[in-house]
Amino acid sequence: MKSKDINYNQDYKYGFTTDIENIKAPKGLSEETIKFISKIKKEPKWMLDWRLKAYNRLKVSKEPNWQKPKFPKIDYQDLYYYSAPKSMQDKPKSLDEVDPKLIETYNKLGIPLNEQKKLSGVAVDAVFDSVSVATTFKDELTKKGIIFCPISEAIQKHPDLVRKYLGSVIPINDHYFATLNSAVFTDGSFVYVPPNTKCPMELSTYFRINASETGQFERTLIIADKGSYVSYLEGCTAPMRDENQLHAANVELVALDDAEIKYSTVQNWYPGDKEGVGGIYNFVTKRGACRGKNSKISWTQVETGSAITWKYPSCILQGDNSVGEFYSIAITNNHQKADTGTKMIHLGKNTKSKIISKGISAGKADNTYRGLVDIGRKAINSRNFTQCDSLLMGNTCGAHTVPYIKNKNSSSTIEHEATTSKINEDQLFYCNQRGLSQEEAVSLIVNGFCKEVLQQLPMEFAVEAQKLVGISLEGSVG
Amino acid sequence: MLEIKNLKASINNKDILKGLNISIKPGELHAIMGPNGSGKSTLANVLSGKEGYKISGELLYQGKNLEEISIDERAQQGIFLAFQYPTEIPGVNTSNFLRTSLNKVRKSQGKEELDALKFIKMIKDKSKELGIDEKMLSRQLNVGFSGGEKKKNEILQMKILDPNLIILDETDSGLDIDALKIVADGVNSSRNDKKSFLVITHYQRLLNYINPDHVHILSDGKIVKSGTMKLAEDLERTGYKGIN
Repeated sequence: MKSKDINYNQDYKYGFTTDIENIKAPKGLSEETIKFISKIKKEPKWMLDWRLKAYNRLKVSKEPNWQKPKFPKIDYQDLYYYSAPKSMQDKPKSLDEVDPKLIETYNKLGIPLNEQKKLSGVAVDAVFDSVSVATTFKDELTKKGIIFCPISEAIQKHPDLVRKYLGSVIPINDHYFATLNSAVFTDGSFVYVPPNTKCPMELSTYFRINASETGQFERTLIIADKGSYVSYLEGCTAPMRDENQLHAANVELVALDDAEIKYSTVQNWYPGDKEGVGGIYNFVTKRGACRGKNSKISWTQVETGSAITWKYPSCILQGDNSVGEFYSIAITNNHQKADTGTKMIHLGKNTKSKIISKGISAGKADNTYRGLVDIGRKAINSRNFTQCDSLLMGNTCGAHTVPYIKNKNSSSTIEHEATTSKINEDQLFYCNQRGLSQEEAVSLIVNGFCKEVLQQLPMEFAVEAQKLVGISLEGSVG
Repeated sequence: MLEIKNLKASINNKDILKGLNISIKPGELHAIMGPNGSGKSTLANVLSGKEGYKISGELLYQGKNLEEISIDERAQQGIFLAFQYPTEIPGVNTSNFLRTSLNKVRKSQGKEELDALKFIKMIKDKSKELGIDEKMLSRQLNVGFSGGEKKKNEILQMKILDPNLIILDETDSGLDIDALKIVADGVNSSRNDKKSFLVITHYQRLLNYINPDHVHILSDGKIVKSGTMKLAEDLERTGYKGIN
């Protein structure tokens, strides 16, 4: 699988490659590779054992294949599982020691890491391939007792917290990709918010895939202790290549009593070219446990990139009165495919969940909402409200809604609404007649269609997301 | 301002306009009346550039061949259509929509874009002038608007965008007397020697308020009679049958 960077005209403005010397793990998936990763991350033995346990499990598990988008067989022996800039090996102590090429890369992506230029009110952890490059505002957060650092650092510095919670929401034997991630995960963010603390700023991780023939195995763990609040956002981009690259992440959230986690994603991985060549396979497991009473987890996702998006950010509502929310925009254009939705598992009493999903499909793309609402026997007086709207542009795309609904007690209610519509010629004409071009009109109408979800995003990112919605659909009409 | 010669238009092989001639000079207000199916709305659509029509004949706006100009560019160059059925756009704030629209027009004319504050002041002033409730501005564009509110919103947009050629497509139909007055006031206060109006209507009612310079009767895709306000009055008395 030799890959080359694609340079011809594309609207994907994050498609550049950073030319940098890398250290890579031996190619292929093996015990040796896992030991290499664990060693280079200077991990304690328990972590390596955990990884190897997952690896042994992986040997006997199979990839799921019930999803709508099918893909060619992935040769797991033909991938690199670890790739990091050589300069990051000696752990730069401050930003001054970080390779300027890396800083420049993030500048180009609009994520300045320098002290003077950093985004106000947003702490950023920047992950480049398999390693975290820098984390901003660390000191300020430390003063409040908030831990925000790369997970590789947390494994060394906060082993008790990591051991207690890692794998507690997504067990290592959960399913093929989750198990794969548990064996070979490289970096991601770790967040711990102590009791009764409101995190004073947005926390954000920016994932960048740069190296070719490399998979990115992100692992993120967020714990909101009793009575705390945190809002976290992740962003993702990758260079344009004619190969398909795998991003298989595991994200675990734990909210204890009265705690709230708001998790937002703006996913803009390279989607492949107009003919469907290249692009990221975004196979992600995201799950949150509302473990405490009155806890709340809210997922918001704007999925515009990737060749295939396959993910169901879910909430396990264990605590009584806990609340789970899922707000999603999934845009597929050209040959992109998405199979995404959520699972709301109601276990505690008086638990509530809300699902708002907006799927937009254009070109030859295919967009599936798949969701599970499962209200358990003991989850009395629980409620779910689901609304799935699909918007189609043109005659060659598809939209599908696949809800699974289980209600095991008679005091709970589930509501499900779904609509499918086509972008309306009259709306386009109206906007054109007011001076907006076809593309501006599409962007405006689609943004209106997605508004309920967009307004869930932290303000700092909402504007960017709105633009992204428009850009992703360029060339889709007329 | 507008020069139409022998305009023919068909859609799905059905001839709608069959050789229409009209000439509108700056400062003039022309009214076009005609029975259902005579081609009134087609004329409005063709002038604003809606796709799907096969067109022949001459269509000149400020000396330029309109057929070469896209819908949005026509709008930027000052052609405004007040729609018969303004469409709903859910999730889009009325005031934001108008600002986007205005800034597109301003930008194309080399003028500086208006920031949110200046725009809000402008739109509030204009709404007040027209007697339009400000609350309308913060609602989703045309969503849940009554028929009257939709039409008032069209007139407000006309005021804000300050176009040169204004086409009102049955803006008066379905309006109560108060809303009709707002529309008429909007038109009258916009009239000057540079702007031209093409008012498409079924009834004399609106014309009583806005006093057209010329009245044309459109029937079966052609102008069959032209005259002054008196023609409209005759029409109201005798009906279209009496004219033919």
